[in-house]
Amino acid sequence: MDFPGLAAQLLNGVQHGLLLFLISSGLTLIFGVMGVINLAHGSLFMLGAYLAFVVTGMGAPLWLALPAAMLGGALLGAVLERGLFRRFYTRDHLDQVLLTFALILLFEEARSLLLGNDFHSVPVPALLDFSIPVTEGFAYSAYRFAVLAVCILVAGLMFLGLERTRLGSAVRAAAEKPEMVQLLGLDARRIHLVVFALGTALAMLAGALAAPLLSVYPNMGDGFLIISFVVVVVGGVGSVAGAFWGALLIGLVDTLGKAYLPEVAGLSIYVLMAGVLLWRPAGLFARGA
Amino acid sequence: MTRNSFTPGVPRRALALPLAGIAAGALASPAIAQGAPLRLGLMLPFSGTFASLGENIAQAVELHLNERGGRMGGRPVQVIRLDDESNPANAVANVNRLLGRDRVEAVIGTVHSGVVMALVQASRERGVPLIIPNAGNAAATRELCAPTIFRTSFTNWQPAYGMGLALGRQGVKRAAWITWDYAAGNEAGEGFRDGLRASGGEVVRELKLPFPETNFQPLLAQIPGLNVEAVGSFFAGGGAVQFVREYAAAGLRDRVPLCGSGFLTEGTLAAQGAAAEGIRTALHYGDGLDTPKNRAFRSGFRERTNRDADVYAVQGYDAAQLLGIGLDATRGDPTAEQPLARAMRAARIDSPRGAFTLSPSHNPVQTIYLREARGGLNQVIGVAAEALADPGTGCRMA
Repeated sequence: MDFPGLAAQLLNGVQHGLLLFLISSGLTLIFGVMGVINLAHGSLFMLGAYLAFVVTGMGAPLWLALPAAMLGGALLGAVLERGLFRRFYTRDHLDQVLLTFALILLFEEARSLLLGNDFHSVPVPALLDFSIPVTEGFAYSAYRFAVLAVCILVAGLMFLGLERTRLGSAVRAAAEKPEMVQLLGLDARRIHLVVFALGTALAMLAGALAAPLLSVYPNMGDGFLIISFVVVVVGGVGSVAGAFWGALLIGLVDTLGKAYLPEVAGLSIYVLMAGVLLWRPAGLFARGA
Repeated sequence: MTRNSFTPGVPRRALALPLAGIAAGALASPAIAQGAPLRLGLMLPFSGTFASLGENIAQAVELHLNERGGRMGGRPVQVIRLDDESNPANAVANVNRLLGRDRVEAVIGTVHSGVVMALVQASRERGVPLIIPNAGNAAATRELCAPTIFRTSFTNWQPAYGMGLALGRQGVKRAAWITWDYAAGNEAGEGFRDGLRASGGEVVRELKLPFPETNFQPLLAQIPGLNVEAVGSFFAGGGAVQFVREYAAAGLRDRVPLCGSGFLTEGTLAAQGAAAEGIRTALHYGDGLDTPKNRAFRSGFRERTNRDADVYAVQGYDAAQLLGIGLDATRGDPTAEQPLARAMRAARIDSPRGAFTLSPSHNPVQTIYLREARGGLNQVIGVAAEALADPGTGCRMA
C-alpha cells in the first residue's frame, strides 16, 4: 500500500468535499424549505466561475471576485425568487423542473453569447502561486490550501448563523418542518427570500473559488449539480449538517474511487447513495429518521 | 432526414463510375477548355473555439493558390468558404449546402473530428475529392478510407507514437499515460504505448478522466507511487493549459518529466508560462526548422496575414499543394477519380515541415520531430520518428 499516496488522496477528497459542501448546502436548503428542485444550481456555479474569469481578465485580483460572486449571487437569487420561484412553490415538481431547466438553457445561452464557448484558464493569485510539499513527491498549491480554509470558514459562519440567530433558527424550523413556519407566525416570504439568496450566493462563491483550479468551460456545472444532488440525498434533505458530512463522504468516496478503483469510479457514489437509501431512506442526518 | 433528400437510394458514385469515361471525354473537356472556374469548398470553423485554426488553414490554402496564379490544372479556382462552427450537429446540413447549393467540385475540410465524419461520408457516397487539413481521427484513413479521401495532417496515433519511441530511446523503461477518456486521447494512448514498446519500454499505468473534466488531482496524486520515469499525455487547448499548470503545482515537474503529443504545448505556451518550460513533445512541425521551404512559407504567410504561421497553416498549405498536383494530372478535372487519386497518392509534397509522401491509406508518411518548450517556443531538438506511417489498420481501398 502506498501510504503517502493515500494521505494525498485523503487531502484531495476533503478538499473536493468541502467545495461540494458550498454548492450542496444551498441546494439542500432550497429543496428543504421551499420544496423546489433547482436544476439551475449547477449553472449558478458556472456563473460564479465565469465571473472570476471576467474579473481577473480585467486585471483585478481574484480576491475581488469572491465578494462580487457572493453579493452578485445574493442579488440574482433574490431577483429569481421574487420574480419566478415564488410563483412555483405550490405547483408540482414537474413545473418546477421545467422552470429550472429553462433557466439552465438561458444561463448557458447568455454565457455563450457574451463570453463564447471557449475553455479559459483563470490565473492563481500571484501571492499564492507556490506549492507546499504534503508527502514525499507530491505537493499542494498554496491556493488549494486557501480554498480549503475559505470553505471551512464559510461552513463555520453558516453553522453559527443557523444555530445562534433568530433568523437561523427560523430557517432550520422551516427546513425541517415547513408547516411549523405558519404555526409559529413567522414571515415565510422573508425566509424564502433569504434562503434563496444565500443558496445562490454560495453556489457562485464556490464557482469563483474553483475557477483557478478547474478553468472555466461551458456546462462546467453539470457534473457538480448531479453530485450535489447525491450529497443532498445522502445527507438528508434540508439538513445543512447533513450536507456537510455528506459532502465530505461523497468527496472522499469519489476521489478514492477514481484513484484506486478507476474501472468502477463512475459508479461508486451512486452505489453509496443506493445503500443509504435502503438503510436510512430519509438520509443519514435527517432528524427523526 | 436532410441527408436523404440529397442522397438517392443508390450511392451516386455507383452511377458516376460508368459515366466517368464519357463525362471526362465529352462533357468535362469543353468546360475545361472554356476555363470555367473550379469551385473549391473550404469547410472550416471560422467562428467559435477553433476559429483561429480554420482561418490559418484557409489563409494558407489561398497563399498557395496565389503562388500558382490562382489556377489548378489550367482552370481558375473559385474558393467558397463555409463556416462549420466545429458543430457536429450541423455537419451533415453544412456538407449538403456546400455540395448541393454551392455545387463545389472538391473540398478541403475540416478541423473537428466529429464534423469531418460528415465530409468523409459524403466523399465516400458521392466521390467528391476530400482533403482533410487537420482532424486526426484514425477512422478517416483506416476503416473508412476511400480512394477520394486524403489527409495532409496526422492521425492522433502518429505524434504520440513518436513521443513513445523517443522516450524509450532515452532509456525510459517505465512510463505512465494520462489523458481524457475519449477517442482522440485513446488513439494517442495507443500510439504512445506502441512507440514506447518498440524502443524497449512499457506503459505501466493509464490514467484517464472523463472529457472535458479538469479535476486532475486524484490522478496526479497517484504518480509518485507508480515508480515511473516519465509521464506521457494527450491534452489540447484550455485543458492542456490547466493540466500543465496543475502538474507543476503538484511538484511533479522536476521529479517525473512530463511529455506528450505536441498538442500539449501547441498554441498554449503563453498561458502555461513557466510551468511548461522544458516539456518535451512530439509533432510533425515545430519552431526553428531552418529549411529554405519553411523560411519562404513563413515569410509568405506573415506577409499575407501579419501573423506567424503554425502547424495548422502548414497543413492547409499542403492540402492545397496536394489538390494542385492531382488537378494538374487530370487537366483540371476533379471527377476523373482514378487518375486524380493515382497522382495524389504518388505525390511527394514539398512541405514546410519537410517533404512527405502518402501511405496506401492516404495519410502522410512523415517525420515526427522531438521538441522542447523554451521561452514560449516549441524548439525542434531532434527527430522522434523518421518517415512514420499510420498503420492504416482496417483500410481496404476499393
